[in-house]
Amino acid sequence: MIIKSTRDGFGEALLKLGKTRKDIFVVDADLKESLRISEFAQKYPDQFIECGVAEQNMIGVAAGLALTGKTVFATSFACFSPVISWNQIRIAVCYSKANVKIVGSHAGLATGMDGASHQSLEDIALMQVLPNMVILVPADYEQAKQLTKLAAEHVGPVYLRLARPETEAVSGKRLAVRVGGSEILRKGNKITIIGCGIVLGEAMKAAEKLDAEVINCYSVKPLDEKTILESVKKTGRVITIEDHNVIGGLGSAVAELLGQKYPVPLKILGIKDKFGESARDYKELWHKYGLDSDTIIDAAEEVDQEIR
Amino acid sequence: MTITYMDSNDLPQISKKVRRQILEMIYQAGSGHLAGSLSSTDLLVSLYFGGILNKNDKFVLSCGHYAPALYAVLANAGKFPEKELKTFGQLGTRLQTHPHNLSLPGIETSSGPLGLGLAQAAGMAMGIKPNRIYCLMSDGEQDEGGVWETVMFAAKYKLDNLVAIIDKNGIQIDGKTSEIMPTEDLAAKYISFGWEVFEIDGHVFGQVLNALEFAKTVKDKPVVIIARTIAGKGVSFMEGKWEWHYASLSKELFNKALKELR
Repeated sequence: MIIKSTRDGFGEALLKLGKTRKDIFVVDADLKESLRISEFAQKYPDQFIECGVAEQNMIGVAAGLALTGKTVFATSFACFSPVISWNQIRIAVCYSKANVKIVGSHAGLATGMDGASHQSLEDIALMQVLPNMVILVPADYEQAKQLTKLAAEHVGPVYLRLARPETEAVSGKRLAVRVGGSEILRKGNKITIIGCGIVLGEAMKAAEKLDAEVINCYSVKPLDEKTILESVKKTGRVITIEDHNVIGGLGSAVAELLGQKYPVPLKILGIKDKFGESARDYKELWHKYGLDSDTIIDAAEEVDQEIR
Repeated sequence: MTITYMDSNDLPQISKKVRRQILEMIYQAGSGHLAGSLSSTDLLVSLYFGGILNKNDKFVLSCGHYAPALYAVLANAGKFPEKELKTFGQLGTRLQTHPHNLSLPGIETSSGPLGLGLAQAAGMAMGIKPNRIYCLMSDGEQDEGGVWETVMFAAKYKLDNLVAIIDKNGIQIDGKTSEIMPTEDLAAKYISFGWEVFEIDGHVFGQVLNALEFAKTVKDKPVVIIARTIAGKGVSFMEGKWEWHYASLSKELFNKALKELR
């Protein structure tokens, strides 16, 4: 089995795209090695622009390039862009509908080692509230390749959220992806687990014991309302999980949907409005902050008791 | 060097008309950014009517609050009907109070928050080489750190098809720039970052046009034209007064101002 990171998938897919898509430009803020785009920079120097540690300028330059007809990937860590560059993303990218793909890597507690300052737990929330923005979060290496290609094909602003660690595939067979799509990773009847990103691996572990249906909501915005509602009408209960603050993330989006269209018991798992901390292994953090399969199983039990 | 503008004698007349239209727009809207729109008028008129812009050159307004000046200039340049100017800032208008690229022909970027335009202009400069990008900023805008990220960037990439113009009218919302955040040594700053700098009087058309023509000859460096201007230029009771940065006009003052611009 291939064990690679979603940032690996991004870098490899981009390298492939660079060959045929001469309209694709990559701008970078001194993190090309971490974003796995060094080879792209080397192979396609005319399509690569090093901006230095200056994310505001990087997004502005990306928007300017996009307004001249280029498809631009603007890459950094999520804690720097979209965080430092949010003003530029709001006005120069989203309001202007510039064809810019904001790529935020090392998102979530999964960043591990570097601690709270580098663990972006707010980036999905920051992107959710911007009109015209599409949010894509790959669950594994293979899907990162698919979503990178999708981002390049979609005309308009996209936020692509990537993770640092190398993880196993959450699914053996891959379905086609689309903006506003999702994939059912596992059929089940008792409960619906909705997640995004590499933490879905934990959801899949828990699902075995719960007869759960697991939905990979790789398109956090727009949300695949149809698939979610169909599953929830069958199971009648929901757990969401994401490596992000419980405020403003996928769980909030699902709650907004279900609260208005089909209210059912719901548990939102994620980081409970806290900052993270350092740890040698991100799995220790996932355990401590409630993002592992045990927490999902406990949450399912709580939902059951509430219904009884 | 031969200056290629068509008939510079017309420029003062066009400027007068543009200034009247700025006053009318802001009077009708109820309030607006008067001082900067009036201080930058001669710069914009020189750019659009002085034979400077080639077909595929582009202009980016970074200080979006100067929109009335740009709209009046674009209308006179035939980008949209002049009568539409009176819709400025009204519900449903294409003339948003701060420019929106998707709303109106001739508007390349969206602006409003300061410090966003130069980076976009730099990106466009890379995207449409060898055509030129002109970017107008205000002097108060130089307070924004993001501007200086781009100043470094444009020098690194030797963007000699990028021409920044700074409307140095010496005021910002709350007072004189010398008091709010001094930028007296702007030229030295830009020079030390590796830019070519021209300092001119922004109300003398010959100087403005000369600087814009010379900017085309500079190689391997971005250019900034620092234009000393007078806030509220053309209306005696506004000139040099920061209080007119954003204001509304009584009917009496509106008529008085218009009379001065006949």
